[in-house]
Amino acid sequence: MEGDIAQLGQFVGAGLAAIGSGAAAIGVGHVAGNFLAGALRNPSAAAGQTATLFIGIAFAEALGIFSFLVALLLMFAV
Amino acid sequence: MGKIFFYVALALVLVSGLVFAPEKAELAIHPMDQFRVSALFGDNISWYTPTNVTLWMALAVAAVFALLVLGSSRRAIVPGRAQSVAELAYGFIYKMVEDVAGKDGVKFFPYIMTLFMFIVMANFLGLIPMSFTTTSHIAVTAILAALVFVTVTVVGFVKNGVGFLGLFWVSSAPLPLRPILAIIELISYFVRPVSHSIRLAGNVMAGHAVLKVFAGFAGALGLFSFLPIFAITAVYALEVLVAFIQAYVFTILTCVYLKDALHPSH
Amino acid sequence: MASNTQEAAQGGGSAMPQLDFSTFGNQIFWLVVALVVIYLILSRVALPRIAAVLAERQGTITNDLAAAEDLKAKAVEAENAYNKALADARAEAQRIAAETRAEIQAGLDEAIAKADEQISAKAAESEKAIAEIKAGALESVKAVANDTAAELVTALGGSADADAVAAAVADQTKG
Repeated sequence: MEGDIAQLGQFVGAGLAAIGSGAAAIGVGHVAGNFLAGALRNPSAAAGQTATLFIGIAFAEALGIFSFLVALLLMFAV
Repeated sequence: MGKIFFYVALALVLVSGLVFAPEKAELAIHPMDQFRVSALFGDNISWYTPTNVTLWMALAVAAVFALLVLGSSRRAIVPGRAQSVAELAYGFIYKMVEDVAGKDGVKFFPYIMTLFMFIVMANFLGLIPMSFTTTSHIAVTAILAALVFVTVTVVGFVKNGVGFLGLFWVSSAPLPLRPILAIIELISYFVRPVSHSIRLAGNVMAGHAVLKVFAGFAGALGLFSFLPIFAITAVYALEVLVAFIQAYVFTILTCVYLKDALHPSH
Repeated sequence: MASNTQEAAQGGGSAMPQLDFSTFGNQIFWLVVALVVIYLILSRVALPRIAAVLAERQGTITNDLAAAEDLKAKAVEAENAYNKALADARAEAQRIAAETRAEIQAGLDEAIAKADEQISAKAAESEKAIAEIKAGALESVKAVANDTAAELVTALGGSADADAVAAAVADQTKG
């Protein structure tokens, strides 16, 4: 019984941690959307900023990956 | 009329799917089994045992060799297919290093090219079904990131001496804020290798686990397995993109960190 | 649930193989081997070769561009020469035309002058002949007047003294 409750907490916690992935998705969408908006305003400057775009996406995504990792740890490693 | 037919057919399919579903349709999904390290011969794993890690890393090395050495062996002025790809990869990374890290970063180009080629080849080889993805392991990516971290720190101190610490002292901020910013910068500097490594391993691991989960659904759904198979196709396409993007991101972040070491002015 | 991890380390369960520390040494060793091999391949063979190929291609392209530039300059030169020749020829033609025109004009002038001269000579001759004829006619008129006067005098019953008649006629015709 005690183990069951612990497992329940584990799975609920994993599910909650997975919300972070969705938040990261919002962040990545925000970065990409703003880049596109800027790129359409000034297409000639867009080509030079793709590296910045990917760095921004990578930073936004890293935190989502962290939460995904927390979920995985809760599921499989705790 | 056609709409009604469509719905009737859909209902029939649904019912038949339930009727003919496999008896033992339990969801036995083990998405993490694909990452297991196993010895090629025998059971014992010591530090030098040839394992599937060895096999797939050797294949990655062979792929790099085939692309960059065999591909360019004809030294043609008008390149063939393999040579074009090799030159494209060379030009891509060279330009990245030059643009991001600056002119004096170019002498680290072979090092960065090594990282990029290894990661991109390991990622793509890992997308072959039934294969083992070496870059999905935190041990591997942590070593890659730690190599970058140590290199960048050593280069920073060798190039700039104590001036490298100016990276943490934000001279454009108001004076009372600077110690706080210095602490934040210091923490962010030491978190770099963590995020650098977990980003790569996490992306690759997540994508492969999702593929495996959908594959488990496909096994359990009987006639409806076409739905997860469509999903697998879509996710696989995304994973091909991610395999390249993550290698690119790892490389460009290496360049960015290298730029910080070479030119620490904030 | 910590025992789960231990189980996984033995090859069972569904734990994360990524956290199985017993395989870390193995992975790190082979990773370092792979990286060193790739680094050696790249820095010794692949990158210098690709750099050489790219440099060679760049050189070829530069040479070809220079050759093309040369050929273009030559073409421009040839066109200039052609234009110059054309202009020269046109000027020459104009010159020849002007010369010919002047020659023709000169010949024409000469012919006109000659014709004028001939015409004036003829006119002078004709004038002279007319003057002679006029003089001859005057002489004849005097003789006829004399004769007619003498006849008239005779017919009126007088005696015609030739000298008096001539003087009277000359006196009458003069006025």
